Amino acid sequence: MGDFISKVNRRTLLKGSAALGAAAFASPYFFTKSASAYVNDPSNKSSVILGFNVPQTGAYADEGADELRAYQLAVEHLNGEGDGGMMNTFKPMALKGNGVLGKKVEFTTGDTQTKSDAARASAKRMIEKDGAIMITGGSSSGVAIAVQSLCQEAGVIFMAGLTHSNDTTGKDRRRNGFRHFFNTEMTGAGLAPVLKSNYGTERKAYHLTADYTWGWSQEGSIKKYTEAMGWETVNAVRTPLGAGDFSQYITPVLNSGADVLVLNHYGKDMVNSLTQAVQFGLRDKMVNGKQFEVIVPLYSRLMAQGAGDAVKGIFGSTGWHWSLQDEGSKAFVKSFGAKYGFPPSQAAHTCYVQTLLYADAAERAGTFNPCGIVDALEGFEFDGMGNGPTLYRADDHQCFKTVLVVKGKENPSSQFDLLEVVEEVPAEKVIYDPNGDEFKGDLGACNAG
Amino acid sequence: MLTLFTKSSEKSDLLLLALFAIVVFAMPIWLAPFGAAYPDLMQRFAIFGIFATGFNILFGLTGYLSFGHAAFLGVGSYTAVWTFKLLGMNPIPAIISAVVVAGLFALVIGFISLRRSGIYFSILTLAFAQMCYNLAYSVLTPITNGETGLRVLQDDIRLFDAPTVGEGAPLISHIGGIEMQGMPGFYFCAVLLIVMVGVAMRIFRSPFGMMLKAVKTNQTRLNYTGVNTRPYTLAAFVISGMYAGLAGSLMCVIDPLAGAERMQWTASGEVVLMTILGGVGTIIGPIIGAALIKYFENIFSAFNDQTLDGIFSFLPEPLKEGVVNVTSLFVGDGWNLSLGILFVLIVVFLPGGVTEGLNRTGKFILRRFGIGRDPENEEKTSPAPGE
Repeated sequence: MGDFISKVNRRTLLKGSAALGAAAFASPYFFTKSASAYVNDPSNKSSVILGFNVPQTGAYADEGADELRAYQLAVEHLNGEGDGGMMNTFKPMALKGNGVLGKKVEFTTGDTQTKSDAARASAKRMIEKDGAIMITGGSSSGVAIAVQSLCQEAGVIFMAGLTHSNDTTGKDRRRNGFRHFFNTEMTGAGLAPVLKSNYGTERKAYHLTADYTWGWSQEGSIKKYTEAMGWETVNAVRTPLGAGDFSQYITPVLNSGADVLVLNHYGKDMVNSLTQAVQFGLRDKMVNGKQFEVIVPLYSRLMAQGAGDAVKGIFGSTGWHWSLQDEGSKAFVKSFGAKYGFPPSQAAHTCYVQTLLYADAAERAGTFNPCGIVDALEGFEFDGMGNGPTLYRADDHQCFKTVLVVKGKENPSSQFDLLEVVEEVPAEKVIYDPNGDEFKGDLGACNAG
Repeated sequence: MLTLFTKSSEKSDLLLLALFAIVVFAMPIWLAPFGAAYPDLMQRFAIFGIFATGFNILFGLTGYLSFGHAAFLGVGSYTAVWTFKLLGMNPIPAIISAVVVAGLFALVIGFISLRRSGIYFSILTLAFAQMCYNLAYSVLTPITNGETGLRVLQDDIRLFDAPTVGEGAPLISHIGGIEMQGMPGFYFCAVLLIVMVGVAMRIFRSPFGMMLKAVKTNQTRLNYTGVNTRPYTLAAFVISGMYAGLAGSLMCVIDPLAGAERMQWTASGEVVLMTILGGVGTIIGPIIGAALIKYFENIFSAFNDQTLDGIFSFLPEPLKEGVVNVTSLFVGDGWNLSLGILFVLIVVFLPGGVTEGLNRTGKFILRRFGIGRDPENEEKTSPAPGE
């Protein structure tokens, strides 16, 4: 192999220099940063581009599809098309229905595949190629956290979609990232009193948990609140995300002496595990002299639809439900229904609201500069977006609003009317210390690229 | 000239490599019309080019089809991120340790798997890779951070980065202040791609490479003549594992995050597709295949009805709607479908992959313009590097 080196003669040298020359010729285009103060500054363009990064394949594809519908609706409303939806009820609002800061809103989409790697690649494409000024979406906390830190490094805003893990605005909070959706801590705080009044204080719980950041977070919060009211946790078993078949995890539950099964699953996982738990006859059993119960801490209508009859009578929490009767929810359900023919899910709701909140913040800040938007959103109080008066807390970029405790309806009147709202837990009952042990994190400084 | 891509003598190697270097470095220019000239995708072209080149050393030369090559990619990634976490954000130590660890890993897996050949070898490697994936996904969560993925955190040790700790400096890999993102990141990967292609060329032309080709042609005959082929195949397996480790570490250099899904069997299958799509046993083929697949994954998956509307806006309204509805099946979340169709077409009509297509077109053009048979066809002294 030595002759590889010895053959470097004059001719090769020339060829080498030609290659280097080409590189040098190409590089000035890319090393010179533009004069803009921030990444993808749209000042000299007539439009502004938002990046919608949602799972189109994988365990959360249903949620992803609904999120995308909501984003498209939000873009229509921002550009002054359609009936305006929540823009008629959102207060205080600076938006004028002519785009954002006079620029037409356009968007680019991508598939996260519910994988951190793919989601980051897709977000990078949006930022580097399509010139997206804000990234939003994600239907998994693992993905949301990964994309949020990417956006922090790249210097764009990240408006989290459906992500429910405490860590998104806890340990892994970032200055450029914001979350409107609630989290597992709020689920625990909201759900526990309802469980207490329905199932009593002497229960033995068995957890099946999706093995990633959200599952761990959900399991931790439910344990924390149920154990505080006297329940005992018999066992907590981790299941891989997207397992499909849960029978091997459900069989041991019967012999464990537990009388409550907590399914810390979401999306298709929850549909499968709940259906199988019901098929195994868990809910017909009497254990320790009590009726065996199943709990699904995080519910969504899409999942209830997938699980069918299995959801009847099962308690859980949800961020928002289309049957809410406030003005904002009604306006949103109306315009979503008019466009797509069915009511929106909670994922669609949070994504729609996030897009409007971002646009409004840019309008109020008078700039698309991420640092200006951060300032405009921190501590922002608003109303009329469903869920009542809401605060974007400055300490951790988490929204505080009403949490819904829901139950699978026994006699649904339509294929969408599957959940009934048992209780609307007001924000002050679920608020927590942003710097408590489980939440301590560092926002860092805002990054404009 | 086009035959250079498949058949070549030692003399033309350097010319080919120089040409390749020019093409790679000029990617930002000639990829622009395809909408692919943005750093992240070009980095991926280079990285998966290295991965596929390494895979081709095993598959193209010895004919051993490993169905678990993503395991080495993943091991390389995890090693690189751990090196970042422990030693600091300089990519050089991360790359070196990733290559070494992936090599050792390949040694162990290769030692066991290479006891069998053919389909049994493929199944063994697949089993090992799935084992690694499941270990990384759930069992070894403390080391790999499971589904969430392993990231570098502010409070990691990072021994040689000590001065920057606490300042909240961005956790991006860098050499001497140049951050390995964007174009610098691409050029870093591109240089390594060119070097690794050079190394692969030397292996293809060396006596060692000849021996590997002999293994592919007729291993039994080699055994009868008293040659012990195991050390050769094992060496090829380890080398290609090290290539994969390098690719894995580069993925973390440009984006310090390692996820278990990198090891999934779909990722192992992807590199097989890349190699076959581009042309097994050719130097350039696997790189073309890698670029094609990554292009599909990143560009086609991003098309939505809105973009299609834009593309077909020249058509009359009712026709446009139909065309958009049909094409939207093949883009967006249907990108796998169009990739599948392309793969079937290539395997059926061009068994030698894209490179065979290029060769045929080249010859056709030469004939068409009456240049006659190109002289290099007569030059049969140097053997073709595998089929």
